[in-house]
Amino acid sequence: MKFGVVVFPGSNRDHDAWYAVSQVLGQDTEIIWHDATSVGDVDALILPGGFSYGDYLRCGAIAKFSPVMQSIRKFAADGGLVLGICNGFQILVESGLLPGALVRNHGLKFVCKHVPLRVETTNSPFTSEARKGQRLLVPIAHGEGCYIADERTLDQLEAEERVTLRYLENPNGSLRDIAGILNEGRNVMGLMPHPEDAIEPLMGSSDGIVIFQSMISQTSISALAGGALAAKH
Amino acid sequence: MTPQVIEAHQLTGPEYDKIVSLLGREPTYTELGIFSVMWSEHCSYKSSRIHLKKLPTRSKLVLQGPGENAGIIDIGAGYAIAFKIESHNHPSFIEPFQGAATGVGGILRDIFTMGARPIAVLDAIRFGPLDIPRNRRILEGIVSGIAHYGNCFGVPTVGGECVFEECYNGNPLVNAFALGVFRKDQVFYGKAKGVGNPVIYVGAKTGRDGIHGASMASAEFTEESKQKRPNVQVGDPFLEKLLLEACLEAMQTGAIVGIQDMGAAGLTCSTCEMGSRAGTGVEIDLKLVPQRETGMTPYEIMLSESQERMLLVAEQGREDEVFAVFHKWGLDAVTIGHVTPDGILRVKDHGEIVAEIPNRALADEAPVYDRAHTNPARVAPLEAPEIPNSSTPAAIRADLIALLSSGDLCSKRWIWEQYDYLVRSSTLAGPTADAAIVRVKETGTSIAISLDGNGRYCVLDPREGAKLMVAECCRNVSTAGALPVAATNNLNFGNPERPEIMAQLVESIEGMAEACEFFETPITGGNVSLYNETLGEAIFPTPVMGIVGLMKTAQPTPIHFPKPGLAIILLGGFGEWDEEHLGGTQYAKVILQKLWGSPPRLDMPYEKRVHSAIREIVSARLADAAHDLSDGGLAIALCESSFGYAGIGACVEIPASPRPEFALFHEGPSRILVATSQPEKVMEIARKNSVEAPRIGVTMKERLRIDCDSQTLLDCDLTELRQPWETSLERLLHQQ
Repeated sequence: MKFGVVVFPGSNRDHDAWYAVSQVLGQDTEIIWHDATSVGDVDALILPGGFSYGDYLRCGAIAKFSPVMQSIRKFAADGGLVLGICNGFQILVESGLLPGALVRNHGLKFVCKHVPLRVETTNSPFTSEARKGQRLLVPIAHGEGCYIADERTLDQLEAEERVTLRYLENPNGSLRDIAGILNEGRNVMGLMPHPEDAIEPLMGSSDGIVIFQSMISQTSISALAGGALAAKH
Repeated sequence: MTPQVIEAHQLTGPEYDKIVSLLGREPTYTELGIFSVMWSEHCSYKSSRIHLKKLPTRSKLVLQGPGENAGIIDIGAGYAIAFKIESHNHPSFIEPFQGAATGVGGILRDIFTMGARPIAVLDAIRFGPLDIPRNRRILEGIVSGIAHYGNCFGVPTVGGECVFEECYNGNPLVNAFALGVFRKDQVFYGKAKGVGNPVIYVGAKTGRDGIHGASMASAEFTEESKQKRPNVQVGDPFLEKLLLEACLEAMQTGAIVGIQDMGAAGLTCSTCEMGSRAGTGVEIDLKLVPQRETGMTPYEIMLSESQERMLLVAEQGREDEVFAVFHKWGLDAVTIGHVTPDGILRVKDHGEIVAEIPNRALADEAPVYDRAHTNPARVAPLEAPEIPNSSTPAAIRADLIALLSSGDLCSKRWIWEQYDYLVRSSTLAGPTADAAIVRVKETGTSIAISLDGNGRYCVLDPREGAKLMVAECCRNVSTAGALPVAATNNLNFGNPERPEIMAQLVESIEGMAEACEFFETPITGGNVSLYNETLGEAIFPTPVMGIVGLMKTAQPTPIHFPKPGLAIILLGGFGEWDEEHLGGTQYAKVILQKLWGSPPRLDMPYEKRVHSAIREIVSARLADAAHDLSDGGLAIALCESSFGYAGIGACVEIPASPRPEFALFHEGPSRILVATSQPEKVMEIARKNSVEAPRIGVTMKERLRIDCDSQTLLDCDLTELRQPWETSLERLLHQQ
């Protein structure tokens, strides 16, 4: 399958995401520059971590006006897989592709550490290869990762099984310990932790690999289905 | 020029006379400004230069020694690393956040200006005691400044050290180390080669910030220093990230001939140094320099230290290739002049010449002083005081907890958790390790890095203190399993015009030279920061060393005991001590609140054999955990190794001694704790290297127990020890 890693000025975990999917998982990977007008023929997009446009104004607030966001919206609307990690999550929330907001950590400081997460649902193309209730040790590295939304939205996310990951030891004050969520179509996920930095034993944990493996297996299933469909016509 | 103007530029009468004779006339005001920054201590090393020559700088791995933006070491497989340490002490006192942030920004530029991508930063920081509110604010500001810059730029801050001492009260130290990696056939130098080639300015616009920063960094602090706040630069890590990507991409075009960052002394330093290195001249017109303020004078433009700027020389006719890359990244890139054959820095303003100085006069003809040096300043008695007996279990337990709670020894988690130490997914060992380890994905090689300094040892004996520092760094790196190969140094001292301070500098350099020679770690560059004094009080002589080692990429050996039932071996043995050599220890500082005598005794050949032994043990994967002994001695090392997530402590026995507290807390070097399931093999390697390796005990769950002469000195639940160690820094920071 083919991944696209979107690079905004100020993205800095683009290398990590590229390394994870292309070097560790051996997938085709394309770098997509922020002023691209098309995302090309990729099967899935990763919006990586970093400080897009310096995170001036508000994290992710300027990136949402990036030319590439037009085609990312269209890609998502057509059912393409979009994974937003950290700053990528902030951008997806700012763009309205995911509900809620990410605000300053309750401790008011940037926090970098490994945190335990729990997989809340496997009914998503990002967690299908995990076990429900599985514990994942994955690092966080952010200053503004406290997830907030109004009660109704939170209830709805839970009712629709759209909370994919929760913190077991909440590091930033996120409401209801939310670490990752899905959009309504279940093809867009945002999360604050960095699965791309927990992908080999040398990194201290390889628990994050399950996210990318899920995306890969989901894409090959739909490719098979699509192929079967095409064969019928 | 009136004597007042000359003095305001921190130039002496004879220095001014030398300027006049070099020019053959009186300098203009702009020229005087240019000379004053280039001849400042910070840029010219005029007091230290003759002594720095004593340092070893070569080995078969050194591709570039001192004199360039950073040193370069060959790591094999066609790759190389560039690294250097640099201080930002003075700006960090005046404006802690921006001072520290731009310190990190400056050292990162030194690395990527050579074409290397930064992959690690470490910081050595020092403060006055935290019971003074101002020091708490300075620490918070400096830590958030480092975090702000490194995190946004996207380089992992993988380690460092943090020390507290009265002498840093009005003079905190911020020494930032950065390391980058590149192909060894793609190194760029700061040379303005090729007459007629365009000189191109890229990056941020020039403002009035940081004017005379270099000369400020070369003066003592007085009451007026705080008014120098406008001299401190303001950093923008986002812009620097763009500059990094743009520079590395532009270098790929093949159109860049030479490049240098605008750091201290800004446009002045970059133009004349690039010209001087290439034996050429540089002519620029200031009207072409991108400016963010109006009405700036030539003097201000030449002396501005605005951040995130680079000067490069491109091949004539290929400017557009370079511009295209910078414009892609949204950065200014304009031709401001060209390379000339005459060796002269010629600065025009709207066509009118405002400065015309031979490059060599600025870069190479700076005065060099052999300053008088007597005996190093002695601030503490040689003789040990009466040391009350504290050998009872109750006293040992109380003292151990007091040490674990002290600023120097407590956990620095509150600091390093604010740093992104994982970005780039190459960090194999981070801030809690003896040495940080980052891997180079392209080569299967990893780099181990250790920063260390000990002002208390150095104030007692600058020569021996410097040797101990080199030994400790090499021990850290060896404990990681890496072979130490090169070093960079940051020399933080007081006013060199005082002979007893100059003597500290000279002795430290000589001690460092001897140790670096012996441990085969040539110095490839560094930084000298003098005049670290406030109101006539000098800091302790504080050389800081950064040593890098090379190893094959492999799962690192943890410092924490991973499971119960492992044998604990004290590689190197229990060490030697007497009362004189206890005077610089943490025990003397925290428990006795005194300073005396001499630093611990170092036997360099023995130390080196310990390094060989531990590298062999770790490489053969015989160690389940390894941790070197340093501040606080054996007891503190045992605690640190017991404070892992697994909750595994130890039960050990130390030899009979009239003063067991000295055996536990003395800081004799050349010692490493090793936990192993194969003690015979470990001891065999030790024997082969003629190193002592007593088996002192075994790992066990949840407790730390220390026996001596059939008496139990300590038997404690780990949480009782861990809790004060872990929470102390926050408590000290948030005290009323």
